[in-house]
Amino acid sequence: MLSLTRLIQGAAAAALLATTTLAASAAGEVNVYTTREPGLIQPLLETFSKETGIKANVIFVKEGLAERVATEGANSPADVLSVVDFGNLIELSDRGLTQPIQSAVLEEAIPANLRDPNGQWFGLSMRARVIYASKDRVKDETLTYEDLADPRFKGKVCIRSGQHPYNTSLIAAVIAKDGAEATKTWLTGVKDNLARKAGGGDRDVARDILANLCDIGIANSYYVGLMRSGKGGPEQVEWGNAIRVILPTFKDKAGTHVNVSGAAVAKNAPNKENAVKLLEFLASQEAQEIYAKANFEYPVRAGVAPDPIIAELGTLTVDPLPLTDVAKQRKQASELVDVVGFDG
Amino acid sequence: MSDSVLPAPSMQAAPTRSDRAWVIGSALVALLALAPIGGLVFFASRGSGELWPHLIANVLPVAARTTALLLLGVGILVTILGIGTAWLVTAYRFPGRRLFEWALLLPLSVPSYVMAFAYLDVVHPVGPLQTGLRNLFGISDPRGLPFPEIRSLGGAILLLGLILYPYVYLPVRALFVMQSASMLEASRTLGAGRFRAFRTVALPLARPAVAVGVSLALMEALNDIGASEFLGVRTLTVAIYTTWVTRSSIEGAAQIALVMLAIVFALVLLERLGRRGMNYSGPRGNTPAMAQTLSGVSALSATLACAVPILLGFVVPASYLVVSAVRRIRLGGLPPDLWVWTGNSVFFAAIAALLTLAVGLFLATAGRMSRRKTLHGMIRLAGIGYAIPGTVLAVGLLVPIAGLDNWIADAVKSVWGRSPGLILMSSGAALVLAYCLRFQAISIGGIESGFTRIAPSIDMAARSLGAGTARISGGIHMPLLSPALAAAGLLVFVDCMKELPATLLLRPFNFETLATYVYGEAARGTYEDGAVAALVIVLVGMLPVALLARAGTRERRKPPG
Repeated sequence: MLSLTRLIQGAAAAALLATTTLAASAAGEVNVYTTREPGLIQPLLETFSKETGIKANVIFVKEGLAERVATEGANSPADVLSVVDFGNLIELSDRGLTQPIQSAVLEEAIPANLRDPNGQWFGLSMRARVIYASKDRVKDETLTYEDLADPRFKGKVCIRSGQHPYNTSLIAAVIAKDGAEATKTWLTGVKDNLARKAGGGDRDVARDILANLCDIGIANSYYVGLMRSGKGGPEQVEWGNAIRVILPTFKDKAGTHVNVSGAAVAKNAPNKENAVKLLEFLASQEAQEIYAKANFEYPVRAGVAPDPIIAELGTLTVDPLPLTDVAKQRKQASELVDVVGFDG
Repeated sequence: MSDSVLPAPSMQAAPTRSDRAWVIGSALVALLALAPIGGLVFFASRGSGELWPHLIANVLPVAARTTALLLLGVGILVTILGIGTAWLVTAYRFPGRRLFEWALLLPLSVPSYVMAFAYLDVVHPVGPLQTGLRNLFGISDPRGLPFPEIRSLGGAILLLGLILYPYVYLPVRALFVMQSASMLEASRTLGAGRFRAFRTVALPLARPAVAVGVSLALMEALNDIGASEFLGVRTLTVAIYTTWVTRSSIEGAAQIALVMLAIVFALVLLERLGRRGMNYSGPRGNTPAMAQTLSGVSALSATLACAVPILLGFVVPASYLVVSAVRRIRLGGLPPDLWVWTGNSVFFAAIAALLTLAVGLFLATAGRMSRRKTLHGMIRLAGIGYAIPGTVLAVGLLVPIAGLDNWIADAVKSVWGRSPGLILMSSGAALVLAYCLRFQAISIGGIESGFTRIAPSIDMAARSLGAGTARISGGIHMPLLSPALAAAGLLVFVDCMKELPATLLLRPFNFETLATYVYGEAARGTYEDGAVAALVIVLVGMLPVALLARAGTRERRKPPG
């Protein structure tokens, strides 16, 4: 008797499960290829699925996202391609792996300089390349990127590999502003100022400043939030508190170098409608707040405030040079890094 | 040196029908192994514009020098540690020997990227070691201690050497254990001291095992990206990687990779040529060589010599992971999906290890049964995946796999009118294939070096008694090979568990392994969140080590013969 009850219960549960699965598949799916770490994108996708009933499938790919989509070709299941760095976004569209999207929602939410004019890709969050300086040993209130080559910082600068996209983007921006020759001189100057081999991650700059290995370095803004908030454990709070953050400008004082994370709809997206829905969600007030809170990035949507830890770093003035102009200098920037032996 | 090596008895036989089966089978495997190379050639042939003059002027000379120094350093370190500890635990008795016998394998379970970030954390000026030392000496300035920088070539050599020496230790120890007492004792009755017996008899006889072990370790070092990049060491592999990622040239990356592959292949062939025509199978004694009991200072030195590599290569990183994991668990409990990731890691690694082992056994047997030159070339080709950095292998594999996948999808669509999607990619089959191609060399190498210990005369005797290939293989080779099979299986399994770049690129939707999770967290800099998963990789990697150790002790107690 008991087992019969169990059986009925089981059947009922199975039926329920089947209907919910059906419901989910009615709203459909969206397939996301991303180079963003799962910990960053999952909270966004979970909220999206909860609100729309659209199931989000994810593959976190490190390198080769573009190659995978390209070789998969017409049968590729990818709907949304989500990457970091405007260079990568532009490359995806240059290689014909994306499709243009006309969406009033996206055009209204995202400033024109942070998206492709034809709707091939959209910037969804921003990070600034800032200066970490020792609280005790550096007195400057303001600094330019060019100042890092100043001989007074000899043996005091820490930075990750010059070939890292965060750095090649910055160097590309310097080329776009000051020209290749001046950039080469500058980069050689920064190299001569290095306290240690270029390497490690952005957070190591803060840790090495705490350890008195260096006084000053360049790193991304959101790491300050990750360290100071305690999300990376109590030790990182100490690293974060050892530094003072300066929002630098180029020597024309126009603004700070920023980079974006963004997304595009894949050319052969089988679920294009859902892909657009996901993009529109990522640009919404709610998602932009998650970008700000969970990862301490600057929202791209006007009216969404950055996290208090980031807001306290000062008002960000974005350098007005269009990212597409900077992207053109990327290759040369990478070559300069080799030529001056920056990573030696 | 070669006078202690027996000349190979001639086994040349006319090609038979079974010969053809071996050749066809091996050719299929070799063809499959070449598929990712084909993919790379496809990329490389698209041309890289004016990249090469720049690379030659500014990148490759430094990268080549750094790589050569890294390989030299790691080569010396793993040879000394691997052979030295293997000889100590087989030839002598000293406190802790029983423990060391298997514990010396433990560093195998530590992925290189984990090793790098663990050490950077531990020995950083504000890390526990230096802080502790400074407190001890009353120094307040974090820079007050003169401490060598771990983010250097020397640091990379040390860290890689410490986790790679088991590749040498494992086959060499197996060989020392099985070397019959008679040869060693003969040399000793002729007046050779224990060290001289080691130098002139045991070591030359161990050459195939040493060669296999060192070349595996060197290829791991050559293709390492995790530790090298993290420690700021600009190797050729890092150059390939930056050419692809920051110079945005998959074409150039593929070209450098192909050149590097050609060099590696030439070196491997050269080593094999040096061993051609030699036979390393000694007479099998019923008793393993008697171990000499050490006492006093020499016993202590032996204990220390075995303890230090284990301490540095395993205990330090593992303790670091335990501490970080405990912190993480206190903060937020176990990651809820940990079991799913563990299941994925173990399942895929196990499938791939079994497949790789089966194919390796087939190839090695083919190589033994048939003397055809072409066949031996094919066997070498089958292991080619190990000579390419994992990232490059994976991207090379994309082309043939996606091509096949699309072909299947279109074929199904034309028949049923509905596309099934890309089934090789979405089922994880692509991943298993990548693992097999990547680690086939470990399996072939291990099994072949096991075969060198079975005298060809045994096969001939069996054949003259009327046994067929299947009986010889099942009834004679398999039982005698079981330690070699187990060792090769262990290495492949652990390597698959740790594998990262191919897993990242070729995995299906919503699929996470322990390694990809650790990477995802480490990439965000939240190492502690990854620590639990990293610890599980190490723990799961220890299981087969323990199993192998048990098999090893049994083997010792009850010597086969």
